[in-house]
Amino acid sequence: MLNRFITSREALLIGAIILLLALISSRFPAFVAPSNLANVFNDTSPLVLLAIGQMIVILTKCIDLSVAANLALTGMVVSMVNVAAPGLPIAFILLIAVGLGTLLGMFNGLLVWKLAIPPIVVTLGTMTIFRGIIFVISDGKWVNSHEMSDAFKAFPRTDILGLPVLGWIAVVAVIGFTVLMTRTTLGRAFYAAGGNPHAATYAGIDVGKTQFWAFTISGALAGLTGYLWVSRFAVSYVDIAGGFELDVVAACVIGGVSIMGGIGTVAGALLGALFLGIIKNALPVVDISPFWQLAISGGAIIIAVALNAQANREKGRIILKRAEHAS
Amino acid sequence: MLKQSDTLLPSDSEADEASVLALDGITKTFPGVKALSEVSLRLIPGKVTALVGENGAGKSTVVKILTGIYQPDGGAILVDGKPANFRVPQAAADHGVTAIHQETVLFDELSVAENIFLGHAPRGSFGLIDLKTMNAKAREILDGIGAPIDPEHKLKDLGIANKHLVAIARALSIDARVVIMDEPTAALSHKEIEELYELVESLKAQGKAILFISHKFDEIFRIADNFTVFRDGQLIGDGAIADVTEADLVKMMVGRDVSQIFPERASDPGETVLTVQDYAHPTEFEDISFSLRQGEILGFYGLVGAGRSEFMQSLFGITRPSGGTIEIDGAPVQIKSPADAVANGIVYVPEDRGKQGAILDLPIFQNVTLPSLGRISGKGFLKLAEEFKLAREYTERLDLRAASLDTHVGNLSGGNQQKVVIAKWLATQPKVIILDEPTKGVDIGSKAAVHEFMAELAAQGLAVVMVSSEIPEVLGMSDRVIVMREGRIVAELAEDELQPETLVRHAAGI
Repeated sequence: MLNRFITSREALLIGAIILLLALISSRFPAFVAPSNLANVFNDTSPLVLLAIGQMIVILTKCIDLSVAANLALTGMVVSMVNVAAPGLPIAFILLIAVGLGTLLGMFNGLLVWKLAIPPIVVTLGTMTIFRGIIFVISDGKWVNSHEMSDAFKAFPRTDILGLPVLGWIAVVAVIGFTVLMTRTTLGRAFYAAGGNPHAATYAGIDVGKTQFWAFTISGALAGLTGYLWVSRFAVSYVDIAGGFELDVVAACVIGGVSIMGGIGTVAGALLGALFLGIIKNALPVVDISPFWQLAISGGAIIIAVALNAQANREKGRIILKRAEHAS
Repeated sequence: MLKQSDTLLPSDSEADEASVLALDGITKTFPGVKALSEVSLRLIPGKVTALVGENGAGKSTVVKILTGIYQPDGGAILVDGKPANFRVPQAAADHGVTAIHQETVLFDELSVAENIFLGHAPRGSFGLIDLKTMNAKAREILDGIGAPIDPEHKLKDLGIANKHLVAIARALSIDARVVIMDEPTAALSHKEIEELYELVESLKAQGKAILFISHKFDEIFRIADNFTVFRDGQLIGDGAIADVTEADLVKMMVGRDVSQIFPERASDPGETVLTVQDYAHPTEFEDISFSLRQGEILGFYGLVGAGRSEFMQSLFGITRPSGGTIEIDGAPVQIKSPADAVANGIVYVPEDRGKQGAILDLPIFQNVTLPSLGRISGKGFLKLAEEFKLAREYTERLDLRAASLDTHVGNLSGGNQQKVVIAKWLATQPKVIILDEPTKGVDIGSKAAVHEFMAELAAQGLAVVMVSSEIPEVLGMSDRVIVMREGRIVAELAEDELQPETLVRHAAGI
């Protein structure tokens, strides 16, 4: 069991992250101070939330390119709701954010399930549609910090035991979705539908419906993150989180999620997101131009994919008797 | 040295003089299965040779060897009497061998001319494809075979018969000397078949050697000059078609030594479990009615493409029927999805167990419990202890040897993967189990184990439906056999009526 953990992808990633932190701390010890690490985690939380949803979608052999646009649209809607009704309790704001995000995700899911349109086409389309809707409802105008109510802005920043609520939401999501993926029939269906859709169908699993639920979850998380994002940065406009969907997919790939479906874990998505988050936060500290950030993130992705391909290469079957017992 | 190498050439070159392409003592082994054992085959210019044999006799393997897709393990391929090496498909093409497959392998989105000349298009300046010449040449070839097809049309706009003609035109474009036709009439209408016969005649007149693979005796006797019969990967007989009757060919195809021993079973069917009435599908099958009792093994025999698997998939809820009723234990049920089927106690072990059976990236226990998740969960949450218990119970019952149930199925040997798939279905505690070609691609030793296991299931009161194209298996295992042809049930035979010849006659419609 221990042996298997050490050779697992998650262990490899933890090793890489520790190495990365050691490297940075050798020049900037302050970076690894607990308070700063909590900051880095908090800063990476939106990526963690979206990566979990994306991981589930990719698991079912799909992809959701609309997550960042969903986030931006939901963010704009809740900001405008807040401007219109500043007194509305945060619980309602959260409900609207998650509800709207869920609906947008369901829309993707329905198109994939009922019309059998390839997911990359569906979400490329809805990505543009969502951004367009933001422009229409906002007239292209920004919702600025001073227009938002204090309560609206304060919620994700409220500090609990040294970690802001934003970070705690990521923690809860990681735990909750780990349970969902490993302990429920729906979680099992995600793995089965992506691992071998034919076999899953024969086992009585509706593959299309399973994909629909994956998009729904991804949408719900994107909606939740939409509110957290606009309140944390205290601004909302058409282009927020532009291109962020690619970071999300990158986090999944680095986290060992197979783009072919069927392989991936919540822990992997978390670690992949953290890896990217640390690079992003450390580069300015070690005084590397932000332009290098992109190149370094890209390099990390390619290395991760290469490692994945290596790991997935045929290890050979267990046919020999002694191998059977050693495994 | 020279002299020695001379003696290596076949000494009976007189006999081979006439054949443009011949196989001499070809052997081909796959892991655990001997697909071909020292078979010989001769193709003569201007003659049609019919290759006849049951499913699994080795016909497709021969086609793949002749077209360079497989390499033989022993024996020689002779072109004009000289040994040749078909290392790659291109090498076979260079020797003028071309095949027209059951499902034409052409490109829908390309034009007819592009399909005909793909890979050897005429080149113009700068090495670019000379479209004008290509279209003109294509038109010339198509006119030559009397095909009214515009070479500039896209292939997808053509009907199946015209696609065949394009495939034939492609064969002619590379100046083929040997044309292999693998069940070319399977998807054609009566009129199109007549046109195909004419085309075969004209190819004969041009001196092409034709290898014609077919299950249909009427067309074999109509157009073939010679025949070669394979059985279980061995050459059983060959000669001129004029010297034999249909009965002779059937006998050669099925007559065999009793090399397989099937488990003794006392047939004692109980209550009727499943009744199917007038089941139909718009395009695949119709009028399917039968009943099935506890402890019974019901064989479904027929040629490949007779609609057996299609019917089973519909019964299992994968495809929707257009009419008909199902009763389980006397009560009518609706099966709209595989989940409904499993819930009603019907399970289906598909033919392609690799592709449709196991999920290789999941561990053994998760594969085994996949269709039974409803039983081992409450409110959507899995009860892991019960899951392990269920998985352990059924893997032990099948004597699955793996150190840990956590092992990923992809790491298991083929035989153990099969056991995982079967354990998975037994764990649902079914009433009816449908086994589609349960021993296809399984070596002889494991076949006996599968047969014994089937007998055991029946003895435990399970109703077993066995779809099989292997006559000995159908004869050895079934209590009753239903024969299907062209999407319909053509015969239902009781155990005492089961004769190999009867099965083949019904299946082939003669």
